Amino acid sequence: MKRLRYLFNNKLAALSLILISATFIVGIFAPWMAPNDPNEVHMELRFASPSWEFLLGNDHLGRCVLSRLIHGIRPSVLWVLAALFVSAGLGTIIGFIAGYRRGRIDSFLMRICDIMLSFPGYVMILAIIGILGVGVENILLAFVLIKWAWFARIVRTSVMGYAELEYVKFSKALGVGNLRIMRTHILPVTLPDIAVASSSAYGSMVLQISGFSFLGLGIQAPHAEWGMMLNEAREVMFSRPEMMLAPGIMTVVFVSAVNFFADAIQVALDPKLRTNSSNRKYQSALVAEKMRRDEVA
Amino acid sequence: MLVVNGVYKSYSRGGMFSSDRQQILRDVSFAYKQGECLGIIGESGSGKSTLGRLLLGIEKPERGTITLHGESVENRSSRRGRISAVFQDYTSSINPYFTVEQAILEPLIRKRNGREVNRSKIERLLCQVGLSASFCAKYPHELSGGQIQRVCIARAIATESSCILLDEAISSLDGSVQMQVLQLLKDLKDTFQLGYLFITHDIQAAAYLCDRVLFLRSGQIEEIVDIAQLRNVQSPYAQKLIRMMMN
Repeated sequence: MKRLRYLFNNKLAALSLILISATFIVGIFAPWMAPNDPNEVHMELRFASPSWEFLLGNDHLGRCVLSRLIHGIRPSVLWVLAALFVSAGLGTIIGFIAGYRRGRIDSFLMRICDIMLSFPGYVMILAIIGILGVGVENILLAFVLIKWAWFARIVRTSVMGYAELEYVKFSKALGVGNLRIMRTHILPVTLPDIAVASSSAYGSMVLQISGFSFLGLGIQAPHAEWGMMLNEAREVMFSRPEMMLAPGIMTVVFVSAVNFFADAIQVALDPKLRTNSSNRKYQSALVAEKMRRDEVA
Repeated sequence: MLVVNGVYKSYSRGGMFSSDRQQILRDVSFAYKQGECLGIIGESGSGKSTLGRLLLGIEKPERGTITLHGESVENRSSRRGRISAVFQDYTSSINPYFTVEQAILEPLIRKRNGREVNRSKIERLLCQVGLSASFCAKYPHELSGGQIQRVCIARAIATESSCILLDEAISSLDGSVQMQVLQLLKDLKDTFQLGYLFITHDIQAAAYLCDRVLFLRSGQIEEIVDIAQLRNVQSPYAQKLIRMMMN
């Protein structure tokens, strides 16, 4: 509860959280939220300025930019989130096995992770796209295949630290099953580490998928995606520079919010980093209280 | 009851491909009788905590056997409700997300009592270790070292096992609290006919609590002696330790 309160006391973190959750909600209910059909072409409205019907104007085919932006949340944000959950889940399971079992299994799994981590991420994704073909599903699959090793490493280190603690030893001595020990004693304490790692990975994954779509390797036309909208705007970069604003600002703002939020949970979950203003305020209030009671000479 | 027969244990020192191993325990054999209090005394690095982990079945010996009522301790079901433990480091001996009640509940949960039965049992256990029922809702970081050790002792008794392994259970507490906890352990031993395996480096504490002591030195048993015969130990190492304590 103290941690949650910290998150809401930190204005930047609260703002980021509101922005992120608003984006999620809008993305989930995109068909109801979007004012127009994102793929409906109005050639007479090419590059039209904002109007009451099309709040952010129209693109090079006269499609509603706002509706495309809203529908673009699904691949850019929500599918990436799903990929993040799958790879973090996979990494957590493997990290738990390696960190809890130790010994040979640990060495074996960690060498596989080393091999996975020794390839540059972009090269692996390009290779998978080369084999399986262009498409957002393939990029997401590539994310899952690459990122799990990174999560597994982080989770393993964290689990190893907690698996040696004495309350775990006590449970083992009692004859409690390994799965139950992991669930009740190790998972709750490693969850903060997993949360921090996944939230910081999330921002870079959103950027990556937009980047691949910008290059034309991700989602295919006519579906909307932020990176692809930027690419479409690039063609009219000098005549209509304002076309870049909507998807560009949206991407930058969302990724910044994710990064600020990742920083904030790291601080909220790690008491050592929490030398924040609220704590200082408490300290000074304490001193003032003592002064009032003449406890200080 | 607990029989240790020719136990060896070593840990690998190097990485995956290294065969360099450090021998921790060599040919350790002894028998623990039901209800007695056996002290295991040794300096740091003598292998006493490793021996403790083996006795609890958390780790497996490389050679030799450890049996509890004739069954191997590695077998999870064979040690359930028969052996319990209190450890040294009170900062990590209770899950930080658990209240005192939840911590003591852990060994009770497998007995499938009703909620009310458990609740009254926890209160009785807390009372027996000298804490009030108001501690139920507290978290471990709100307690002092001595209080946490008392909760751990309550948790260990809750298993209703006849043998409790105390691995340096009082070493991290300071003087007067050590004495209180020792007194508590002695009282509980008489009330419940408990037996202790008391792992320590402190001969005085062992002499106060134990019926027999076992001297462990670099992984080997030097001598096992009754507490009444403590002055007449034979091995030079045990004599040295006792002389050091006397001074």
